[in-house]
Amino acid sequence: MSDPAFLSLEKLTLAYGDTVAVKDLDLSIRKGELVAFLGPSGCGKTTTMRSIAGLLKPQSGRISLDGADITRVAANRRSVGLVFQSYALFPHLTVFENVAFGLRLKGLSGAELESRVGAGLKSVGLTSFADRKPAELSGGQQQRVALARSMVMEPKVLLLDEPLSNLDARLRLEMRTELQRVQRETGVTMIFVTHDQGEALSLADRIVVMLNGAIEQIGTPEEIYNRPASAFVADFVGFENIFAVENGKLRAGNGPIELPGPLPDSAAGLAWRPRMVTLGSGPFQGTVRGASFSGSTREYLLDTPLGALKAEVDAAVPAHAAGTTLAFDLPVEKAAKLERFN
Amino acid sequence: MNSRLFPVTVLVLVTAFLIGPFFIIVAASLSGGETLAFPPQGLSLKWVAKVFEVESFRESFAMSMLLAIGGTATALTLGIPASYALSRYRLPFGETVRTVVALPIIVPGIIVGLALLRYLVVPFGFNITLALFLAHTALVLPYAVRVVSASLNNLRSDIEEAAVLLGSSRAGAFFRVVMPNIRSGILAAFILGFVTSFNQVPVSLFLSGPGVRTLPIDMLSYMEITYDPSVAALSALLAFMSIGIVFLAERFLGFSRYV
Repeated sequence: MSDPAFLSLEKLTLAYGDTVAVKDLDLSIRKGELVAFLGPSGCGKTTTMRSIAGLLKPQSGRISLDGADITRVAANRRSVGLVFQSYALFPHLTVFENVAFGLRLKGLSGAELESRVGAGLKSVGLTSFADRKPAELSGGQQQRVALARSMVMEPKVLLLDEPLSNLDARLRLEMRTELQRVQRETGVTMIFVTHDQGEALSLADRIVVMLNGAIEQIGTPEEIYNRPASAFVADFVGFENIFAVENGKLRAGNGPIELPGPLPDSAAGLAWRPRMVTLGSGPFQGTVRGASFSGSTREYLLDTPLGALKAEVDAAVPAHAAGTTLAFDLPVEKAAKLERFN
Repeated sequence: MNSRLFPVTVLVLVTAFLIGPFFIIVAASLSGGETLAFPPQGLSLKWVAKVFEVESFRESFAMSMLLAIGGTATALTLGIPASYALSRYRLPFGETVRTVVALPIIVPGIIVGLALLRYLVVPFGFNITLALFLAHTALVLPYAVRVVSASLNNLRSDIEEAAVLLGSSRAGAFFRVVMPNIRSGILAAFILGFVTSFNQVPVSLFLSGPGVRTLPIDMLSYMEITYDPSVAALSALLAFMSIGIVFLAERFLGFSRYV
């Protein structure tokens, strides 16, 4: 039932003119998965998504979907849906006609068309808006129309470009729940593109972190969050103290620093979240440069032999004034071991 | 002394200056006398009636309509794809093309007319009607490209991709989602083109031959021979026609957004 590679990209290279945007990308996605392409702008995530949709022809490589090679199949025959970041609703058509657009092209009409569109609108809770024009809807409603418009086509893969970025905080939560529900109910394979790690962590089954046109790491949200493979991923998911490991020592500005315990052999680097730093005891000394209070915790910026370091402690602990010298430790067992240091 | 007096006076004078000739023409056309005169001598509709009896007016009106409608339609047929290309693709000479397309607005019509006559009609025995048609198409083209481009630039291009992903072909996407959304721009371009072509004198002046005349040229030559108020009556009718068209366009399309 669950094909290990429902959608697969093999050695995919994509370019705009002479600028290579994605190079030799390999990726396979299972049927019914909810995958996030995560990365900063320019990392190639949107480019990859557009090539899956068929809006961009690859320079080389292969895309296959549901057992068929679709590399050369035109965008309008791929059974791939795309919800655009701007929603791209047709301004001259009503909500009903927007949703009916693709079905009409398939030759549906009359009662069958009405029931399919009706079901689509019902699933996103917009039945009573059928006769409105897109301009009369809020951003959140427009996005739901765009979602229904793609979903009534029963695509094999649904792509979403930054689905939450144009929504305010409250709607974002609502839409996240909505997307998960649609995915659960229809079992459609979903890929969404985002630059927001929180969005990827909370929504996806699996995250593909991209950088400079290549995949940096693939993993579940837990893996990405707890075991980043590289310094870039670590930084992206909030490890703020990241150090390269050279000859069993941490590399620092003023020469290598030895940690008390043995370092893992394989690690190219170690990373600690601010709250993983032990403050108040340990073999190192740092001077408080500044502190910021955020309700339940307090974060310190320390000047240390390792350079600037961030440490987070419970706010109940009495505050240390700037200029105070504090002992601290970087516990190796808590650190994320980075396979690559970039 | 009221400080508003001066600007308001100027405004009134300017308005009077702009609209005055129109009232004079209308008044003169209602004259009962035999010559074109203002103030009119007596009141009568006989010159208005005569306009419809003059054979050459009917012929040149038909010619003007043909040029205005046909020329504008042709200009749009060329101008819509051109505007599409200019607004959607990064073209190597896009800016140059934009400038060249705008040239007929800047180059005096009299030069265009002379050039067409001297280098097309005279050496090649080019058909006069065809030359007129080409000239009017070229004159209207800049307006078509400008107005349609403005509409296209206001339209997001991703709706075409959305249409394609819903199963439409590229061409289908153009007709299903682009055309309906630039329809009022196209209509506005048509009206602007029609009025421009219909009122065109300098180019037509050079390209009029025996039996081939546009209405404004015919009116000029009519006045050289006959100095009766029927020309005033015709002018008034044309002015009303133009005003009517622009009024309707403004009412239904918000015409002033495009020009």
